[in-house]
Amino acid sequence: MDQFFQQLVNGLTLGSLYALIAVGYTVVYGIVQLINFAHGEVFMIGAFGALSTYLLFFDGQTGVWILPIMIVGAIIASVVTAVAMERVAYRPLRNAPRLAPLITAIGISVFLQELVRVFYDRIPFADFPSAKQRIPFPQLDGVSGKAVEVGDVTIQRSAIFTVAALVVCAILLWYFINRTKLGRGMLAVSQDPDTARLMGINVDRIIVVAFALGAVLAAVAGVSQGLQNNNIDFKMGFIAGLKAFTAAVLGGIGNIQGAVFGGLVLGVVESMATQYVPGQFGGGTWKDVWAFVLLILVLVFRPQGLLGARVVDRA
Amino acid sequence: MQQRSVVRVGASLIVASLALTACGSRSEDGGGGTATKTAKIGVIAPLSGDLSALGLGIQHSVELAVKQANDSNAIPGWKLEVDAKDDEAKPDVGKTAATSLSSDKDVIGVVGTLNSSVALQVQPVLAPKNIVQISPANTNPSLTQGANWQSAPKRAYPTYFRTCTTDAVQGPFAARYLFEKAGIKKVATIHDKKAYGQGLVGTFTEEFKAAGGQVVAAETINPEDSNYQAVISAVKPSAPQAVYYGGEYPQAGPLSQQMKAAGLNVPLMGGDGIYDPKFITLGGKTSTGDLATSVGAPVDTLESAKKFISDYNAAGFKDPYAAYGGYSYDAANAIINALKESLKDASDVESARPKTVEALGKVSFEGVTGKVAFDQYGDTTSKVLTVYKVAGGKWATELTQDLAKK
Repeated sequence: MDQFFQQLVNGLTLGSLYALIAVGYTVVYGIVQLINFAHGEVFMIGAFGALSTYLLFFDGQTGVWILPIMIVGAIIASVVTAVAMERVAYRPLRNAPRLAPLITAIGISVFLQELVRVFYDRIPFADFPSAKQRIPFPQLDGVSGKAVEVGDVTIQRSAIFTVAALVVCAILLWYFINRTKLGRGMLAVSQDPDTARLMGINVDRIIVVAFALGAVLAAVAGVSQGLQNNNIDFKMGFIAGLKAFTAAVLGGIGNIQGAVFGGLVLGVVESMATQYVPGQFGGGTWKDVWAFVLLILVLVFRPQGLLGARVVDRA
Repeated sequence: MQQRSVVRVGASLIVASLALTACGSRSEDGGGGTATKTAKIGVIAPLSGDLSALGLGIQHSVELAVKQANDSNAIPGWKLEVDAKDDEAKPDVGKTAATSLSSDKDVIGVVGTLNSSVALQVQPVLAPKNIVQISPANTNPSLTQGANWQSAPKRAYPTYFRTCTTDAVQGPFAARYLFEKAGIKKVATIHDKKAYGQGLVGTFTEEFKAAGGQVVAAETINPEDSNYQAVISAVKPSAPQAVYYGGEYPQAGPLSQQMKAAGLNVPLMGGDGIYDPKFITLGGKTSTGDLATSVGAPVDTLESAKKFISDYNAAGFKDPYAAYGGYSYDAANAIINALKESLKDASDVESARPKTVEALGKVSFEGVTGKVAFDQYGDTTSKVLTVYKVAGGKWATELTQDLAKK
């Protein structure tokens, strides 16, 4: 029992990260029924956006006031990527068979990874390190350094940042969707795009907003992951994206609360599996197996996800 | 960068080109009987990805050796070339690279690989063609002495040699250092389940227990992960005085940083896979006091390596020679020395291959890292190891010792 709360904290931290990314999958799916497999790369580019902002303007400094500016840099990079992606790759395929945008998404994902891997150190006017290896992420005062001890439980400062970021983002997101005109437009489009269009809602614009919204949260997640693991690399989006997608399905795809809940559950299961599964099938290498076993069980016994999918399948 | 795609494209082109080269290239050298003939030394190493710092150091050091051999006309009538292939540190990619090299009739030897797990796939491809392979960095004992190296050592492939010592030496060396020199009685072990990490931790554990120490926790991580909090939390309550990690720096650096951020303030110790400047960059300030063992003596302190270092720097390579530069340079020179014997009156590369294998076994010269010679298994005869410690953002030499002499 001694390590239960420690692993719970670890799990919730990891889960918060998954949740932030998972919201992006679920929002886009809710509106256009598209699994945007390149969303992991939006997350990765967010982290690189934050790093670039730091290297360009604040290299060597450690003040915590840099963090908000890095987050803004991350958000700009992510949103530009996501919106461009929607415009170039998905909009032309809006009415194509479902398989086409799915394959395109995988293509975009590979394209963005390779783009960062090959060209990050060749960006003119900037002296960026090569992205072919892991790059150390700047460690700032206040959000890194000595951990906080609560009883037996050690809580890293970056973990506090991640969980706080999820809470703030979730509240803002709830407000945006339920209390603003644009947000209610999104709800309408997700329920019935054709009727929504008849009611005067600009569906194309709503879709762009959905992509941008997911990108903002992914950018925050990118910064969180950088602070937590103190390094980023070009393929960080693949595993994180896969896990977040799992979290979205676990909670019920299309359902925002579900994505957050699914992310937290997934994170906690991974941590607990590392600690409590004994013997040969335990430990760090098997935690993913247990996480996906959970996914399979949920899909078998509750295919709509833990909190239920919110989308009427058009097919 | 380019190499990665070259390998990919190459894989699909090999099939097509095989048919063509069989008839095409023979007519090429038909005309030039008096001209210098070409022999290629292949390099298989990770030239992109996490471990590229080590891989590029290997490639450039081999290039340096080959350039010097060509300049001094070491093998009259022959010109040497380097053909470097990227293995991305992945066994399957390494196998493709080896296949592509072995189908080139000009390839006489290969320097590589970096990873033991890749070497396991490369050995069986090169061996039937009698192409010699010298690894500057493979430390898994089974590569030379077979799967049952502990009970019944048996040479696995007659074509395989290495210039570095093995985990059979490295793990115990670290165990003895921790137990005897650092006075640490309780350790936790973590490895990444690759052949290298598992071998290291296995031999370490055995020696540490034999010495009277206690292994209080044994965990594993997934090399694809970048967050190790869960594993760290699982290890922490057993209160180890040090963590012994079997794996490489891309995971070890963040692991060290996250360990200390989580309040587990004990040194992390590893093998030569973490002995790299990148470990300190990734581990951050808190990596001070972390330890690594590496094979041989530190290249930059050796009298014999001064010329290599100045030549390497003069050659203007973009990347540093890294941990294995000296061993790669020695490996390439070992092949070149063997070629002096085998290519002397050979008409073409393919017929000279078996003779090269034979000649390489007998090679003996003073290299950059000390005496270069091989025993009956293809292992280097040198058993010198060094413990390094992170101090002031750099790896500092802590202790150099010949394990055999104790």
